Amino acid sequence: MMETGSEPLLEVHELDAFYGPAQALFNVSFKLARGEAVALVGRNGAGKTTTLKAIMGLIERRSRMSRYAGTDIRTSPTHRIARLGLGYVPEERRIFTDLTVAENLEVGRLPARSHRPPWTTTRLYKIFPNLGEMAGRSAGSMSGGEQQMLSIARTLMGNPDAVLLDEPSEGLAPLIVEQMAQAIVAMKNDGIAVLLSEQNLDFAASIVDRALSIETGAITFDGPIADLMQTRRHT
Amino acid sequence: MARAICWSVWSSMSFSFVIAQILNGLASASSLFIVASGLTIVFGVTRIVNFAHGSLYMLGAYFAVTLMTPLLDVSRSFPMFVLGLICAALLTGVLGIALEVLLLRRVYKSPELLQLLITFGLVLVIQDLVIRIWGPLEILGPRAPGLRGAVSIAGVQVPSYDLFLIAMGPLVFGLIWLVLARTRFGILVRAATQDREMVAALGVNQSILFTGALFLGAALAGLGGALQIPRAAASPQMDIAVLTDAFVVTVIGGMGSVPGAALAALIIGQLNAFGIVVFPKSTLVLVFLLMAAVLIVRPYGLLGRAEPLSLRVVTPEGFTAIAPTSAPTWRWCGVLIAALTILPWAVDAYAQKIAIEILIFALAAFALAFLIGNGGLVSFGHAAYFGIGAYAAGLAVKKLGFGMETALLLAPLAGAGAAALFGVFIVRLSGIYLAMLTLAVAQIVYAVAVQWVELTGGDNGIVGVWPARWASSRITYYYLTLVLCSAGIFLLHRVLHAPFGYALRGARDSAVRADAIGLDVVKLRWLAFTLAGAATGLAGGLYAFSKGSIDPTLLAIPQSVDFLAMLLMGGIQHIAGALVGSTALHTLKVIALPLTDMWRMLLGVMIIAIVLLTPQGLVGGGLRLFRRSTRGGASA
Ligand SMILES: Nc1ncnc2c1ncn2[C@@H]1O[C@H](COP(=O)(O)OP(=O)(O)OP(=O)(O)O)[C@@H](O)[C@H]1O
Ligand SMILES: [Mg+2]
Repeated sequence: MMETGSEPLLEVHELDAFYGPAQALFNVSFKLARGEAVALVGRNGAGKTTTLKAIMGLIERRSRMSRYAGTDIRTSPTHRIARLGLGYVPEERRIFTDLTVAENLEVGRLPARSHRPPWTTTRLYKIFPNLGEMAGRSAGSMSGGEQQMLSIARTLMGNPDAVLLDEPSEGLAPLIVEQMAQAIVAMKNDGIAVLLSEQNLDFAASIVDRALSIETGAITFDGPIADLMQTRRHT
Repeated sequence: MARAICWSVWSSMSFSFVIAQILNGLASASSLFIVASGLTIVFGVTRIVNFAHGSLYMLGAYFAVTLMTPLLDVSRSFPMFVLGLICAALLTGVLGIALEVLLLRRVYKSPELLQLLITFGLVLVIQDLVIRIWGPLEILGPRAPGLRGAVSIAGVQVPSYDLFLIAMGPLVFGLIWLVLARTRFGILVRAATQDREMVAALGVNQSILFTGALFLGAALAGLGGALQIPRAAASPQMDIAVLTDAFVVTVIGGMGSVPGAALAALIIGQLNAFGIVVFPKSTLVLVFLLMAAVLIVRPYGLLGRAEPLSLRVVTPEGFTAIAPTSAPTWRWCGVLIAALTILPWAVDAYAQKIAIEILIFALAAFALAFLIGNGGLVSFGHAAYFGIGAYAAGLAVKKLGFGMETALLLAPLAGAGAAALFGVFIVRLSGIYLAMLTLAVAQIVYAVAVQWVELTGGDNGIVGVWPARWASSRITYYYLTLVLCSAGIFLLHRVLHAPFGYALRGARDSAVRADAIGLDVVKLRWLAFTLAGAATGLAGGLYAFSKGSIDPTLLAIPQSVDFLAMLLMGGIQHIAGALVGSTALHTLKVIALPLTDMWRMLLGVMIIAIVLLTPQGLVGGGLRLFRRSTRGGASA
């Protein structure tokens, strides 16, 4: 199918999401352009995770329009959305602890679909040297930071054009957070669009230019992250 | 004294005897492992305990006896025999694919109870199909060419085929390991066993994975069945027998764990081989003790892991919501009781007998509804307490010389006692593990009833259990039953709406939360289980006197499934649901049994259809339709 350059890669219009009978998202709308990095910021329980899960079809959701790479994904099953090239790195990392590091990467492998060179284990081990050293080890024996890296690397194996990253810096030591920021910037430089859910504004500002702010399940701000930091400082 | 017995046991175990038993145990461990590994792989990926796994095993055996004869006619050689095994396994695997695509695929998101019921419906259908196709009699398969003799090991004559079986276990384990560790499919299977949702989020189409897992699991079941034919004839009863064995192995090993299944099979194989020395009649008791011990120490089995905390529901929504019984409902109940009081005068003696049975089943089914709806305790072995009540009453009359009144007092006590004893192990578990343990316990009770011939009369059971003279007329016995059963139901219903009932539902909805607010969940569930056991035992006692005889089918799995089917038909959110269900099922059975020799198939198809079409049960579904048409006139 034809894709015009101006069409956003991911576009969500009036997205609602539900946990059983309880509604958790209200009219969430935003766009993400090809290669763009955007932060989704909000307090604990604001609805960041819910937004990402709803886009991936992991929870019950409803929207006026949801498109990824020109395809309607309103009712698509999760695996089909992932196969369109939308990667997801969950908050809890959800590493397969019974599998080795290399096997975790294998689960994430999907055929390349864009002009970019495909991700391979060799290439990933260059970015994440720790993983290369542990390739044959059980993923359950890794530290939190290493698991986070594995989770990102596993998603990259699917050669996504966009990645939903849920609080990758959460609970990690400052040094590791720094590495994480570098890895995400490297992804961005590779042309991958990033939607980064984050509580830490400073961390987000080191990676993205634009931010969405979410409060109790609704978007309250969409603009340059600098502006958002400005208003936060004033209040 | 005890020491003397021990000594005599050990001295009787000569060296060659020990060798023979070890090899014997290894051969049965191999067979157990091959069947159980298939069950555990399917569970790991789909999270469905496939009751039809035993049926696939049976089909594998029948395929093998059918295929082997022409194959061995071509050439009476060992490779031909192996070819026959492989063909039987592959054919069964293909059936597994059909099963996944046609049925299981529709219920992956359904509550566990419905998943279990639908696969059990399939068990019933396949049983009747097998009898249709191959006849009700056992079929002897050919012996394996080249493996007919015996080999002498350390002075013991060991059948060559046993050695072949012993080799097959590790061989199959190795092949499974190769598939799981060295292929992309295997890696995905292991990943999905741990976190299905994440696997989907990485772009894996689960349908293919599930279909593949069913093929592999079914093929293993079929291979297991095919391997048995040189040792045992293929028979239409082999499905349930092997199912219990496979359940025990997977529960002890840990559901979803192939190495766990191997370890458990080895232990049980040896336990069976040497248990014979201690309990010559029934090693099942030992196996049960082992299972109970393992589950207490490791609730998820030797090598299993806790279910990932997900939003798993055991019972369907609406199915469990027990509405507070409103004033109009009570008025209807009054009308119902009045109608039931007049009923015997309006019908003939045969119908009176049916009505008595329906009332009795209604009490037992209501007790089950009480467990499922309030405790979330899905018991697949409810018939155990029914049968124990019946046997207690029968034995009290025939062996102890008590009257009917005492016997009817002992029946609920026995039901409660058994439930209290088994409940200690059962109520600690939840979901699938609980369902499987209840079923395994019931199978053991069944085995004891069949095998302890001196006490229970074995398969023939106990005859001549007649009511006291004052209650010997059918009408009087009807009223006795009506009074006791409705009293039982109303008492249980009262408990539901007492603080105990609310606490129990709290515990069901969130064990964590109920713990946090200071309720002793395990104790609550144990009390509920015991109470339900008492009510069911009373029903069993009443049943014994109504029939005048008792036999082990009262304790068997089909009886347990009947109770579940009654609830499926009647729904459990309404106080009359159990009565509606028992009336519907029992009437249907009474009408259909003389007309068809395919009752099981009919029941199975009915269960499958209800699960797929109206999972709230007929009453629930009907009520919903009614409410929809009256635009919510009555409050829910
Ligand atoms: N499984 C669930 N069931 C019911 N409600 C939930 C569930 N998960 C989240 N919620 C509710 O949805 C709302 C949004 O939660 P969400 O996890 O999206 O927040 P978040 O912004 O990701 O927070 P955090 O920074 O803590 O990760 C919260 O009010 C939360 O209580
Ligand atoms: Mg979150």
